[in-house]
Amino acid sequence: MKFTEDHEWLRVEDDLVVVGITEHASEQLGDVVFVDLPEPGRSVAEGDEVVVIESVKAASDILAPLDGEIVAVNEALADTPALINDDPLGEGWVFKMKVADLSALDGFLDEAAYMALIG
Amino acid sequence: MADLKRTALHGLHLRLGARMVPFAGHEMPVHYPAGVLKEHLHTRSQAGLFDVGHMGQVLVTAISGRQADAALALERLMPVDIAGLAEGRQRYGFLTNDAGGIIDDLMIANRGDHFFLVVNAARKAVDLAALRAGLPDCDLAEVPGRGLIALQGPAAEAVLARLVPDAPDFAFMDVGIRHWQGVELWISRSGYTGEDGFEISVPDGFAEALAERLLDMPEVAPIGLGARDSLRLEAGLCLYGHDIDEETSPVEAGLGWAIQKVRRSGGARAGGFPGAVRILRELAEGPARKRRGLRPEGRAPMREGVQVFAGPEGGAPIGRVTSGGFGPSIAAPVAMAYLPADLPEGSTVYGDVRGKRLPARIVPMPFRPASFKR
Repeated sequence: MKFTEDHEWLRVEDDLVVVGITEHASEQLGDVVFVDLPEPGRSVAEGDEVVVIESVKAASDILAPLDGEIVAVNEALADTPALINDDPLGEGWVFKMKVADLSALDGFLDEAAYMALIG
Repeated sequence: MADLKRTALHGLHLRLGARMVPFAGHEMPVHYPAGVLKEHLHTRSQAGLFDVGHMGQVLVTAISGRQADAALALERLMPVDIAGLAEGRQRYGFLTNDAGGIIDDLMIANRGDHFFLVVNAARKAVDLAALRAGLPDCDLAEVPGRGLIALQGPAAEAVLARLVPDAPDFAFMDVGIRHWQGVELWISRSGYTGEDGFEISVPDGFAEALAERLLDMPEVAPIGLGARDSLRLEAGLCLYGHDIDEETSPVEAGLGWAIQKVRRSGGARAGGFPGAVRILRELAEGPARKRRGLRPEGRAPMREGVQVFAGPEGGAPIGRVTSGGFGPSIAAPVAMAYLPADLPEGSTVYGDVRGKRLPARIVPMPFRPASFKR
């Protein structure tokens, strides 16, 4: 699993990149009450705001970590946004994207580097 | 947070694992480890303990020594019936300015030989200046060295009765002084959550002992400012600086109920408060805009600042959300917005959330019925 400095995690599954937010991010956000999910099929560029997570405290964005295409979103979040708090690394995944070159993931933080980042 | 003030419960908040944030010049708990959602629901189902020690506590005494003089003096600054407020009773009110806007909203209690006011933390200095300027015939004193604890929720009465046996005899908006372990508690049956409950002024040196004694009871959990905000939002209560301010009149804000008949046109003590021309006119004719409740469709919250439109596209904004978020007890978003007063209840308006116009229905407030002990 890889991590971004924006507190997202990335994991490869069936040649797709699965994206979610880290436990640290989920704790900072507080109870999630709504997730504004993108339409599957949307092409995105690195840094695009693709998802908005609304918690009891505030709204925050998830940015596309790479260029690519959103191919699936976690529909369960529509009815149960709290999955992001309860299981941010598992059932609380947010979207899957297809990217041109999976080796691009090598440029992201590994777990040790991410842990060092959040202190 | 070095330059921030601390309440008497600061150390307790840290021990309880609170996340502390700056609020109105104070370092205050926004939530505890349970989080906003659970704290909110706990208050509605059992009892929540809130530190509101950042709020201002002020005593107003007539120099003449006559309480009736203090009452009439205060009526020069507020469109509220103070002379008719019985001893041992409290009332919601507001200081108004010459333009008919609200300087602050507050609680005022008649304690026999003086009035006791509880004002918003962020407005304390402004309020004291307005009171000093407007009340040359009264002594004003900010109460030193007392904290303020709110105990709110359906179990609040049973909980407090274990320390103050006659707490159940307090009716909604009754105030009284009781002793607990030799310490004077200034108790009122009131709050800011839409639940039954009490607000308790306690000497700083005993605030922590009282809070810990209450928190030891199984029904009571500590609640932060985050849940305090969602609770008051569901209850349709105004937050100063957001839903009301120096431009907003009490009538626009839907607070006309707090302006008793005796201060309205035709009443025995009509007018005679700052901004009376505008406020009395709006009471008679109705204001052009009014604070309205909104229930957004779907789950996306409409937060403060969201522009509201009449239709799904085009047109200029017809208003703006002043408070909004997710209502945990309603399990849906709720919001307050200033909108044209003639829009009927049930109409659909559109809030611009991140460039998308999302529909919302105009509904009556409170969003959730209050459960006070009348």
